[in-house]
Amino acid sequence: MTNHWIDLKNADCVLMMGANPAENHPISFKWVMRAKDNGATLIHVDPRFTRTSAKVDIYCPMRSGSDIAILGGMIKYILDKNLWFKEYVTNYTNASFVVGKDFGLKDGVFAGFDPKTGSYDQKKWAFELDADGEPVKDPTLQNPRCVFNLLKAHYARYDLKTVSSISGASEKDLVKVYDAYAATGKPDKSGTIMYAMGWTQHTVGVQNIRAMSIIQLLLGNMGVAGGGVNALRGEANVQGSTDQALLYHIIPGYLKAPLASLTTLADYNKANTPVSKDPKSANWWQNTPKYMASLLKSMWREPDLDTAYSYLPKLETLSAKGYSWLVMFDKMLQGQFKGFFAWGQNPACGGANSNKTREALSKLDWMVNVNIFENETGSFWKGPGMTPAAVKTEVFFLPCAVSYEKEGSISNSGRWMQWRYRGPKPLGDTKPDGDMIMLIMDKVREMYAKEGGAFPDPILNLYWDYEDDHGEFDPHRVAKVINGCFLKDVTIGDKTYKAGSQVPSFAMLQADGSTCSGNWIYCASYTDDGNMAARRSKEQTPMQAKIGLYPKWSWAWPVNRRIIYNRASVNAEGKPYAPEKAVVEWDGAKWVGDVPDGGWKPGDKHPFIMRPQGHGQLYGPGTADGPFPEYYEPLECPVSKHPFSKQLHNPTALQFSEEKKAVCDPRYPFVGTTYRVTEHWQTGLMTRYTPWLLEAEPQMFCEMSEELAKMRGIKNGDKVTVECQRGSLWAVAIVTKRLKPFKVDGQTVHLVGFPWHYGWIYPKNGGDSANILTPSVGDPNTGIPETKAFMVNVKKA
Amino acid sequence: MGKSFFIDLTRCTACRGCQVACKQWKKLPATETQNWGSHQNPVDLNFVTYKLVRFNELEDKGGLQWLFFPDQCRHCVEPPCKMMADSYDERAVIKDELTGAVIYTQFTKAIEGMTGEELCPYNIPRMDEKSGVWSKCDMCYDRVHNGLMPACVQSCPTGAMNFGDREEMIELANKRLEEAKKRYPEAALGNVDDVRVFFLFQKKPDLYHKWAVAEAGIPSAPLTRRSLLAGLGAPFRRA
Repeated sequence: MTNHWIDLKNADCVLMMGANPAENHPISFKWVMRAKDNGATLIHVDPRFTRTSAKVDIYCPMRSGSDIAILGGMIKYILDKNLWFKEYVTNYTNASFVVGKDFGLKDGVFAGFDPKTGSYDQKKWAFELDADGEPVKDPTLQNPRCVFNLLKAHYARYDLKTVSSISGASEKDLVKVYDAYAATGKPDKSGTIMYAMGWTQHTVGVQNIRAMSIIQLLLGNMGVAGGGVNALRGEANVQGSTDQALLYHIIPGYLKAPLASLTTLADYNKANTPVSKDPKSANWWQNTPKYMASLLKSMWREPDLDTAYSYLPKLETLSAKGYSWLVMFDKMLQGQFKGFFAWGQNPACGGANSNKTREALSKLDWMVNVNIFENETGSFWKGPGMTPAAVKTEVFFLPCAVSYEKEGSISNSGRWMQWRYRGPKPLGDTKPDGDMIMLIMDKVREMYAKEGGAFPDPILNLYWDYEDDHGEFDPHRVAKVINGCFLKDVTIGDKTYKAGSQVPSFAMLQADGSTCSGNWIYCASYTDDGNMAARRSKEQTPMQAKIGLYPKWSWAWPVNRRIIYNRASVNAEGKPYAPEKAVVEWDGAKWVGDVPDGGWKPGDKHPFIMRPQGHGQLYGPGTADGPFPEYYEPLECPVSKHPFSKQLHNPTALQFSEEKKAVCDPRYPFVGTTYRVTEHWQTGLMTRYTPWLLEAEPQMFCEMSEELAKMRGIKNGDKVTVECQRGSLWAVAIVTKRLKPFKVDGQTVHLVGFPWHYGWIYPKNGGDSANILTPSVGDPNTGIPETKAFMVNVKKA
Repeated sequence: MGKSFFIDLTRCTACRGCQVACKQWKKLPATETQNWGSHQNPVDLNFVTYKLVRFNELEDKGGLQWLFFPDQCRHCVEPPCKMMADSYDERAVIKDELTGAVIYTQFTKAIEGMTGEELCPYNIPRMDEKSGVWSKCDMCYDRVHNGLMPACVQSCPTGAMNFGDREEMIELANKRLEEAKKRYPEAALGNVDDVRVFFLFQKKPDLYHKWAVAEAGIPSAPLTRRSLLAGLGAPFRRA
C-alpha cells in the first residue's frame, strides 16, 4: 500500500476491484464502512456478487480477465470529459515528457518485440533526450509525441461500447462506475483502490495495476489521504517478506539482484544507479551504492566490499522466465533440483497446476517440510495418484512453532512494522523458524570448517551472531542488523557517530563500508532510541488526528512515512490541495503532518522521488510488456478475438509451450476463477483443522449461475465434476443468483468459481485443491500464475 | 433498565466472526456439516450453536441483494419462554437481574412436548435430543458481569454488533436508523420495546428470515398455552 488501512476512511470513493475485501480482508471493512459513513461512494467491480458487493453503492459485474478494458475505458472517459486534475498531471506526472520516435504500437504489439524470445527491447520506448540527457518536456502538452497525447491516442480505442462488449459489463454500470470514480479528480477529493490477487494473478497482472496507477495520477489521487494504490496483502507478513526479498529478482530493500554479467561491485553500481541532471530531481536511487555496500556489510564484516560482492550468488537474468515460481517447479519436474525446503507453505495445494507441482516433488532426492501441521506437500508421496513405493523423494518434517509462540515483527499491508512479543512457549520440541535456520546454518558452517568445500569463504566469513545468552535465536539482534550500525566512527556534517551505534536513518548510510544495514528501507526502525516497531502510543497532532495518522504507533517504512509520495498532495507553495484532510503542509519554516517525502522546501524537488526524473509514470517504459497497459485475453479464454487488436494474448506472458491452453475449446466452455472465503486461509492448513471454521465452510464448492445449472441439469447442492486439461475435481454446486452469464461479443459466456482452500489430507470429505485446475502461465514481470481466469467444463458428478 | 444489543444489519458483512467467537468463548463443539448449496452453515441453530449468520439472496427492483442475519436469542424484556418454562419448573429459565439476560439452566429438561417455535416467538431455543436440556445464547453474562463485551460483539469488525446500557443502545439505534434511511428508504428497527436484541433492517424483516421479528410468525402453541402468549408476540414497529 502507498497508504495504510486506517486511511481508507478518508476516501470520497472506494473502488474495490480485483479484490473481495469484506470476505478476504474483513477488518478492512471497519475503515471502508467509516468512509461510507462519511458519505463515500463504494464500488465493487467483480465477476461475482460477493459479501463485498452486498455492502456497496455500485456493483458492476464483469468477466474475469477483462480489467484492462474497463480501466482503459475509464482512462478514456476521464480524458474525454476533461475530468483530470490539470495542475497535478502537468507538474507531477510524466505527461509532458516527449517519447522517442521508435516507440509505437502495431496490432497490439509494441515496438521492439522479438518473437523468438517473446520479449521486448525496452530501448525502443525511451524518451527523447535533450543535450543534458534529460527527457524533452512540453508543459503545454501540445507535442503530439508527449506522453499525454500518446496516452489519449492509445486509449481512443477503449470506448464504452467496445469495453462493454468484451468485458460483459453493461454500459450503464460502466458509466456509473466511471462517473463516481472520476469525481475524485477534483483537487480536494480523493479516491482509493483496494486490489488483491484478483488483479495480480493474470498474465497482465502488473499492467492491471499500472492501468489503475494511470487513473490515480490523472485524478491526482497519489500521495493524498484517502487515495493511493493499495494492495491488500493476503498474509500478515507478506509485505515484510517482500521487503526482505522473497522474490527472485530482488535482494533486500528492492535492490536489484546481481547478474552474472556484473562481475564487480563497480559494475553492479554502474548498472543499477540512475543518473539525473535535473536539479529538481531527488533521484533517490542514486543512493544505491550506499545501500548495497551496507547490505554487503551486514552479511560480511571482515572482507572488503569487492570481496563481499564476489560472495553473492549471481543470476543469468532478472526476467520472470528465469527463476520465478512456475519456472522453478518446471525445472524441478525436469529433475534439475536435488533438494527443496518447503518452509511455511504448501505448494502441492497453493501453487498453480497442482498435479504438475506434485509430480515435480517426486523428482527430488529430498525435501524438508517445515510447517505446523502435516500437509499435502510433505505427504505428497501418499496422495491421490501416487504410488509411495515408486517415489524416491525422502521427506523430512520439521514441526514449527506457531506465530503466537515467536517474538519478532510483521509488516502489514500499510508497511507498518509491528513488533510482537511471544505468548506461550513453543509446544513440545517445536521451534521458531529463526531457531531452525540458525541451527541449520550452525551445522553448515561447522561442516564447511571441518571439511572445506567448493566455496567455503562466504559461509565461513558470514556475520552470524544472532544467538542470545541462552543459545536461542534472538530476533532483536536480527532487527538491529536489519536497521544497521556504524562499523567505524563516522562523521557526517558536524556530528560523529561512534562505531557500534545504530544508524539513525538511511540518509546516514555510507558507500565505503563504514556502515552496515540489512535492509536500507528499514533503517530507522531499531535505533539507539529503541525498537520503533514496538511503540504503541496514540499520541498525534490535531492535523494528524483528522486523517487517522498515528506516527507513534509501530513504525512504517520508509522513515515512518505513513503516506508515500505525500509531496504530491501539496502545490508548489506547500499548500495542501485538500485542506480538510491534509497529509503534509509547509508552515513557512518546516513541514507538518506526516513525514514528508524528503525535507526540501516546497517546489524544490519533484514529488515522485523514487523515479529518476521525479515524476509519476503515466508512461512506464520499465515493464516487460509495454509502457501503456494494452488489452489482452487470458491465455485460456472463451473468445478467439477481441476488438482492440489482432494480438489475442500478452505476447510476453510466461508459459511453457508444450502445455496446451484451452482457447475457444468446446470441451472447456466455461471461464473458471479461484478465490478465498473468510472462513479459510490460503491452502486451509490452519483453518481446515479449526473445527468452527470447517463447520462454516466444510467442503469444496463450485458457484454457478442458475442459467448454467439449468443448462447442465445441476441442482443446488448436487455434487459436480469440474475438469480442464490439467485435471479434475469434485465440488458441491452452489447455484446462485450472484453469478450471471455474460454477453461477450454477442455470445453468452458462463463463469464458475471455486475456493482453493481444500486438500486431500483433511477433512476426508472436504475435496482437493482448486489449483488442480489452474494453468502454469504467468505474468512476464512477476511470474505470478494466472489463476483468476482459465477454462473448464462442469458436469453433474 | 439492564443491557441491550443493537445489531445494525446495514453494516454486517457476514464475516461470521460472531458465530465463531460465540463457540470459542462457550467452548462449544462444531456441528458436523456438509455444504448444502449455501454458505450458511450449520443449516440452522442447534443445541451447540447459539449464534448463526443466515444468508439470503434477493432480487427485486433494487437489483440483487445478499442479506445477512446474525440470528440469536432476543433476550425479551418479558420472555414468553420463561413464562412457559415456569409452568414446568421455575428453575428452568431465569433472568439475570443486572443485565436482563434470559438464561437457560439444566432444569430446562423439565420442559416437555414443546418445539422451539412454541417456546419462542423468534424460534430460538434448541433441545438436546439425548438429555432433553434446552440451550441458547445467555448474553455472555459471565463476561458482562466482568466488564467485558459479549464474545460476538467483541469480534465484530464493522460495528454491526453493538452492546451496552439499554438507553444507550436505543439512542444509537435511533441515530443509525435516521442515517440508514438516507440510503435505504425501507430501513426500520425491529421490536425495540420488547426485546434486548434489536436489529436495524435495510429491507423488510421477513426477507432476512421468517422469524426475524415477532410479527412474522406468532407461535402456533398448543391451545392450553396459547393464552399465555396472547399479547406477547409484540408487533413489529416501523419507525
